[in-house]
Amino acid sequence: MSLTIRETLLAFRRAPLLSVLSMTTIAFALFVVGLFGLVALNLRTALADIEERVEIVAYLIRGTPVEIGTMAMGDIQAFPEVASVQYVSEDDALERARRQLAEFQGIFQDLETNPLPASLEVRLKPGFRNEDHVRQVADRLRGFRFVEDIRYGREWIAKLDRLRDIGAAVGLAIGVAFALASVIIIGTTIRMGVLHRSREIAIMRLVGATDGFIRRPFLLEGAVKGAIGGAAAVGLNYAAYLAVDRTLFDSVFFSRAEAGLIVLFGTALGLLASAQSLRRHLARV
Amino acid sequence: MIRFTNAFKAYPRGSLALKDASFHVGRGEFLFLTGHSGAGKSTVLKLIYAEEFPTSGEVRVAGTMTSELRRRDVPRLRRRLGVVFQDFRLLEDRSAEANVAFALEVTGARRGTIAPRVMRVLAQVGLAAKAPAYPRELSGGEQQRVAIARALVNDPHVLLADEPTGNLDERAARGVFQLLRDINANGTAVVMATHNLELVRQAPYRVLELQDGAIVYDSAVDQPGRGAIVT
Repeated sequence: MSLTIRETLLAFRRAPLLSVLSMTTIAFALFVVGLFGLVALNLRTALADIEERVEIVAYLIRGTPVEIGTMAMGDIQAFPEVASVQYVSEDDALERARRQLAEFQGIFQDLETNPLPASLEVRLKPGFRNEDHVRQVADRLRGFRFVEDIRYGREWIAKLDRLRDIGAAVGLAIGVAFALASVIIIGTTIRMGVLHRSREIAIMRLVGATDGFIRRPFLLEGAVKGAIGGAAAVGLNYAAYLAVDRTLFDSVFFSRAEAGLIVLFGTALGLLASAQSLRRHLARV
Repeated sequence: MIRFTNAFKAYPRGSLALKDASFHVGRGEFLFLTGHSGAGKSTVLKLIYAEEFPTSGEVRVAGTMTSELRRRDVPRLRRRLGVVFQDFRLLEDRSAEANVAFALEVTGARRGTIAPRVMRVLAQVGLAAKAPAYPRELSGGEQQRVAIARALVNDPHVLLADEPTGNLDERAARGVFQLLRDINANGTAVVMATHNLELVRQAPYRVLELQDGAIVYDSAVDQPGRGAIVT
């Protein structure tokens, strides 16, 4: 094993420019993959924030006793899709309106009777915050006799669904495309390495080196280049994240595990590309 | 040791490189392969070290038929042979010592045994003092001696030399040839392809002459006094 490591280091030392060039290319290819990952991650976080606000409001018929409303809460809470139910009394609704619409303070002061109905505010569990589930729950709520009207942003929820699907598809397609590009780039640099060292490989063969022995340093080289490229890509992504976070808007970065996954992905790509390239070109040297 | 039986070699889109060659090289024998460029000398050597395989006929090396070797068995055969070339084929970025050691390392030799074996063969070729030198710091003759040391370090049964003196001046050529003779005197068979008829005349060894891929002269058959068939 130590011999393999020595030969790998020699390969880096012998062609430093080629090594730096290939690692830079890998880094940029993975940087782009990572960038789309970051966009997807931030989109998902942003959508999750919006989704949390998905709620169904059931307005109660005027005069419905508070006890009926609170009793219904128990039933609604038992729906499998429902995360929470909140009873907002007529007084609470007015209080909230006063607080939120401070500019109309005067109007609220002059009211003789409270025009706002009591309501039940229903929030759904994650995974159920899409158009179909929202509609189903709304239909069930409509079944309560004391419910006068149901409100939820139907079109808005449908658009959110579409946005999420498009985001996932585009992210996946571009990610796969750039991952393939990385494989080709790494394969090409390894191939250049094989050709660059064809004389040495021929000498190795001549003195009785096995194919496995010849292959090992190249595989390690590919894996190391992939890992370094992956780490550099994480660094570049972090720089991009900082730039956006500080100048444009609050955003989130990969977790440690996700960043580790990018490095691991780079390593796997490097290994895969080397193995593929070696299989095709070693026989010709 | 080496036996060719009606061996033919055709390259794709080329003429026959070797035609119906049959000969035998015995243990400890010294054999010259002569002939013009393109006569088939290098093909014979390549068939011996399993770089090429006969199109028809048989080539046996140390009892093994090369055409029956699996790809992964070829390295094992090569470790029992030593090969040197006109252009030395040394790794430029390694010292003489490291070049020789490399041939042992690839065979998985134990690390502790490598350095003494390397020094022993470098001393044998007269280059012990230049062990740390890089190929570019050595003369042509010295580089060829390093290549011979590398070929010898695995204690081969046969040393194959493809025009080993082709790039050397006369004095260096004589020195390298004398070294090959000494190696042969110690019991290693030597097959040497050469243009240099002066060297061939100097020594009483068996000569096999090739012309357009065919053996046209074998001193062991045509001039029995010269060289001996050792079986």
